[in-house]
Amino acid sequence: MSDRNAEYDFKWCPGCGDFGVKRAREWAMQTYSEETETPMADTVMVAGIGCSGNMVHLVEGEQPFGIHGIHGRTLPVAFGVKQARPQTNTIIVAGDGDFLSIGAEHIGPAAQRNVDMTCVIMDNGVYGLTKGQASPTTIFGTQTSSTPFGKLEAAVKPFEQYLAHGVSFIGSHYSSRPRDLAKLIGEAMNHKGFSIVHVQSPCTTYNDTFDLLKGNKKAGIAPLVYAIPEDHDPSDKEQAEKLARAPGVPLGVIYKEDRPTLEDRQAEVRVKARSRTPQEMLDTYAV
Amino acid sequence: MGTTDLVVRFAGEAGVVTSAESLAATAAQAGYHVQTYATFPSQILGGPVHTQVHISTSPTLSDGDDVDVLVAFSEDGFNNHKDSLVPDGVIIYNSGEFDPPGDSNSFGLPFDDIAKEVGNARASNMVVLGAIAPLANFPLEALKEYVTKRFTRGRPGDEQIVEANSLALDRGAEAAEKSGFHLAELDPPIRPDYEQIMISGNAAIALGAVQGGLDFYAGYPISPATTVLVWMEANLVGEDRFAYQVSSEIEAIGAIIGAGYNGRKSMTATAGPGVALMSEGLGFAWMAEIPCVVVDVQRGGPATGLPTKTEQSDLFACMYPAHGDVRMPVIAPGTVEECFYAGALAVNWAERYQGPVMLMSEMQQAERSQNIPKPDLSKVTAAGREVYKGDMNGYQRYEPDEMGPMPLPGGPGAYVANASEHDGIGDSTHLPIRHIRGTERRFGKLKLLNDGPHEIENPDAAIAVMPWGGSKGPVREAYLQLQEEGVDIGWLYSMTLHPLPEAISEQLNKKEIVIVPELNYQGQWSRLLRADGYRATSITQYTGLPFKVGFLVEEIKQAVAAHKGGKVLV
Repeated sequence: MSDRNAEYDFKWCPGCGDFGVKRAREWAMQTYSEETETPMADTVMVAGIGCSGNMVHLVEGEQPFGIHGIHGRTLPVAFGVKQARPQTNTIIVAGDGDFLSIGAEHIGPAAQRNVDMTCVIMDNGVYGLTKGQASPTTIFGTQTSSTPFGKLEAAVKPFEQYLAHGVSFIGSHYSSRPRDLAKLIGEAMNHKGFSIVHVQSPCTTYNDTFDLLKGNKKAGIAPLVYAIPEDHDPSDKEQAEKLARAPGVPLGVIYKEDRPTLEDRQAEVRVKARSRTPQEMLDTYAV
Repeated sequence: MGTTDLVVRFAGEAGVVTSAESLAATAAQAGYHVQTYATFPSQILGGPVHTQVHISTSPTLSDGDDVDVLVAFSEDGFNNHKDSLVPDGVIIYNSGEFDPPGDSNSFGLPFDDIAKEVGNARASNMVVLGAIAPLANFPLEALKEYVTKRFTRGRPGDEQIVEANSLALDRGAEAAEKSGFHLAELDPPIRPDYEQIMISGNAAIALGAVQGGLDFYAGYPISPATTVLVWMEANLVGEDRFAYQVSSEIEAIGAIIGAGYNGRKSMTATAGPGVALMSEGLGFAWMAEIPCVVVDVQRGGPATGLPTKTEQSDLFACMYPAHGDVRMPVIAPGTVEECFYAGALAVNWAERYQGPVMLMSEMQQAERSQNIPKPDLSKVTAAGREVYKGDMNGYQRYEPDEMGPMPLPGGPGAYVANASEHDGIGDSTHLPIRHIRGTERRFGKLKLLNDGPHEIENPDAAIAVMPWGGSKGPVREAYLQLQEEGVDIGWLYSMTLHPLPEAISEQLNKKEIVIVPELNYQGQWSRLLRADGYRATSITQYTGLPFKVGFLVEEIKQAVAAHKGGKVLV
């Protein structure tokens, strides 16, 4: 049940990382709306299929527009949304299965075009909605219901992939610090170009990685998360690549590149192109 | 004795397309009715190709069954097509390339050598066209006017090019006169008293859609729909409209759904393989009620099938493209002229019922050029979407059983366009009552679309022919011939296959049997008609080629006789 709708019966499991991401995203959207003085109705959230996708129904407060589409196709739909009305603040929310497995083919084109939109990816390393199968980011050898003898594939390395595709803003964070995450998502929204904030958002039922991420002194577990060193220059691709390859989960901006967006390029073309009326087009076929 | 029709086929490799286009344009300018047909392999250069021009003193309905003049650019072209010639037809072959074994119907002409002699190696097409003129009494002067018009482009050297091409026409004509061959004289044209355009089916669809208000196009190259993408990239430009080549058909359907959701009139065009890839997206558009148009320019299937041949075998795939309970609105224009109106209607339908619309064309009319009456744009209006303008929050877009206004981002009425079953505001639900009401609402909206263009003739006949899509032309010719022969048979035609106009449904209910000629193995349209409770049977052909009129006349006669003889056809 959501605040706005008593009938809505979808629930995240208690402790799900997605709660933190939801709060962070709401704060970020609210701040964006206030700072840019644009109404919330100018924001469209495009969700995929998976636990994360239900976020679009759980928005509290002022309501953005939403799309809860088909599995793996957030980016194509978001591309159409953004092209239709370039002032639309377009936010993609998807999980690691939706975004990096079935939907992976769409990351390259969006990055190469540098479409001005923001993806918030909730990575829990498992297919939760279908109850615990291996996902692209499940680590090699892990036993799941679909990999009873251990996962036979290497895990996907999202940051290296994003860099190779030319994503112009790459952020990394985890769900336990929503205030910090909100700032990072806000930065991504303000970035002119295609931005991805990749968030470790653990599944408490099938792949509880909270201890691994935060560390647990009593159990002798060192935290995976670490603050990105202050001297890291996100505009330096070599440094970003180094960070992307390093073990652990960096918190902050891995890479940021300022280059023209697709919308910029299209605006240039539109000035050059001579628009003809249907009548003028028709007349060119006269016998 | 004169004749009303002339069919010229160009076979070989290079040159056949230009020759056909030039002849068609000339004939149209001279006042004839023209229709072209082209078939070629999916490769960059060469390969076996043929083009055909059907010239007539009255509006043309088909490519023409038999060939009066065959122009063979190559030996393969000669061998593959000589049997299509009518008994008193003539073959002109390129004697610079090959010499066929003795044939009483043919004469050779060294196309390229003559072109070089007149000083322009590229004028060999005009040698050919010059040769055709005296054979059929086709006006040589019209060809010269065409050459002058075409090559006067305000560039230095225009004059020499016009002169060389004009000379090439003369040389071709002289050679043909010397050959001693003659065809029946083509009657002079009856110049239409209305304005005309010469256009291909794909261009007509694109132009019609733009007149319908289309302002977003996303597409991926695929034969035979690529020319729609190319047309859009060149024409759908300007401040507030644009086309984009995306990375796949899956991205194309996603993009037009996103754009449709955000207020655009959006479209993509593809062929069968692309429709297969779009099927999940089409179900989404149906479920979330997002206006968008998918054009399927059919080719032969299944799988990669026959990419450059014609077939009408995607009807099941277009009417039921997605899993679950869906049935798409389907528009299937039957002529190049109808392609224009179908383009506009598809966009208007999508806006009117807030959902996806399938527009089916087919290879043989996609690349066919035809001179048609120039559409009066003032009579083709663009329907606007009913946009929600009420309170900021709390609008239940999907709540009523009847469709209401659609909210747009930036405005009031934020909701979720949901691919899952949903409640009024678009939140997911599993309640049986929601699924019942949602399903009935989505099917119920189709009643807004039962006003498609249709034709009914001889309504009291117990038997009718009912073609669909691009088979309309040859079936129409066959029907007219049968009428002349006194066969009592009715004519039913609907440009919209789903939903059917009420008048057509009424007629279908009254018929003892409806005969559906269609280019597929299973008889897809007659099966669907039978599923809807009508008595229908198919005449099928699955060669990758259009119907011939003669074949249809015989087949329809046999079907009528079999039915009257008590044979149960259904």
